[in-house]
Amino acid sequence: MNLTKYYAVFGIGLQNTFVYRWNFLLRSVFGFVPLAGTVFIWRAMFAETGGGRIGGYEYRSMIFYFLLTILAENLITPTEDEWQIASDIREGQINSFLTKPLNYLGYRLTLFLSYRALYTVVTILPIALIFGWFHSFIQLPQHVLTWPLAILSLAMAAGIQFFIAYSLAMLAFWILEISTVVFILYSFEYFLSGHLFPLDIMPTWFTGLLQWLPFTYELYFPIAVFLEKITGRNLLIGLGIQTLWFFLAFLIAKLMWNRGVRRYQAVGG
Amino acid sequence: MDLKSTPIPPKRSLGLLRPLKRYFEIYRIMFRNSLIREMNFKANFILWLLVELLWFLGQIIFVEVLFQYVNQIGDWSKWEVVLLIGTHQLIGQLFQAFFYVNVANLPELVRTGKLDFLLLQPIDSQFAVSTRQFGLDNVVNAMVGVGIVVFSLLKLAILPTLGQVGFYIAAVALGVTVHYSIMFFLATMAFWIVRAQGLIYGYYNLFNIARYPEPIFRGVFRFIFSWLIPVIIVANVPAKILIHSFEHPLGLILQLLLPTLLVSVGTRAYWKFALRHYSSASS
Repeated sequence: MNLTKYYAVFGIGLQNTFVYRWNFLLRSVFGFVPLAGTVFIWRAMFAETGGGRIGGYEYRSMIFYFLLTILAENLITPTEDEWQIASDIREGQINSFLTKPLNYLGYRLTLFLSYRALYTVVTILPIALIFGWFHSFIQLPQHVLTWPLAILSLAMAAGIQFFIAYSLAMLAFWILEISTVVFILYSFEYFLSGHLFPLDIMPTWFTGLLQWLPFTYELYFPIAVFLEKITGRNLLIGLGIQTLWFFLAFLIAKLMWNRGVRRYQAVGG
Repeated sequence: MDLKSTPIPPKRSLGLLRPLKRYFEIYRIMFRNSLIREMNFKANFILWLLVELLWFLGQIIFVEVLFQYVNQIGDWSKWEVVLLIGTHQLIGQLFQAFFYVNVANLPELVRTGKLDFLLLQPIDSQFAVSTRQFGLDNVVNAMVGVGIVVFSLLKLAILPTLGQVGFYIAAVALGVTVHYSIMFFLATMAFWIVRAQGLIYGYYNLFNIARYPEPIFRGVFRFIFSWLIPVIIVANVPAKILIHSFEHPLGLILQLLLPTLLVSVGTRAYWKFALRHYSSASS
């Protein structure tokens, strides 16, 4: 496969983001307000318990969990990709891809990677400051092997998030307005992926159920691996389920595209 | 129905009330238009209803999870926090019903130059931009918020006095004003920052902290977000009016009134300033 064209796409992605740098910057700045809210609410929670543990977390490890979610989300969560894809389809922009020797999924994946790369570079300074502020809460893994496993899991989480977003955006082939569907998915991701709170503070029967859903593997799982909350046999099972979801999401993304293109009428082309 | 059959009232001497009546009449027409439009997309209406319900449900579950471990958070009991979240829902949804879509569209109007058509109308520009569409699904969800508030009051065994209810409604109205002003302020930045979608995320991120009990916030953060960007007190003040019968509602509402005046006047001034810098994209 000729990769040069994808390098070019990567560059386009970077430039796209730079055109709207203010938008980008403000988004990153406002993103830290909810983090402050989270720190305050958990500080109040732990003040009530008199410094006790909550679901296996002490105050320090709870805050460190949320710091890691911020870092991970900057690295892997698609921000505007699904909206761009949907509008490409709706407005007939994909016509130009159908006639070019460029795979649309590959194209979007490259753009996604370039957005994430730039986003990370820009937010790394504020994130580093926050990590510096809470430096005494940082707990690095005991085991050397945890590092590569957590990174592998994070990479798969990125894939799952992207393929799900991509598949949803493909709905634009069938329906005009995909935002309701996207927001329904967001709400599940928000509450069930570990963004709002670590999943293991919920009742065991519920986390047992969540273990089989993809949301767990979009954010919570790689962080739990890094914090060494999940070890041994459970770690292997988890990675297994995550790998399954990764390939399943990939296949669905491909399938949706193939089906969609067959239906496509090239409006506006 | 023929829209032309309801003309804007002719000039009659009604003194100071006349402009007000005219704006009311214009609003009535736009309101009816958007209801007709909304009913053309019934599936969409129901889906949006579902979206908001899911978000709301998630927040209630969050509170449930938190109170598994503690009996109170910053001297707020569980049902007091639920009442706070219900109030936050009520204010947020009322804001969304009347203004959200319109304000969220402002950056796009600026980018495409369509704002010109609104500026040409012989009505106040901020009014014209802010009142074009109305979201009926949000009204339903606002009622869900009211239901949760009433349910929490039952659980707390509180029967508010008529005065408390009156002050509560007034505080909710002030809260809607704060939501509107802050989001309008953010959207107005679109005159300088061409693609301002990020600002809409700004709105959600700011009001994310509005559903937490006020006492958990400390220091400079608390000062900034109570007085300059008063998102912390928006839902807390009305909730306290119902819960804290020992505090006089007048004092509480003043705490909200001053920052509300500040942000709404500030936003208005910023809008006027921004308009002077507007160079249409279409010409």
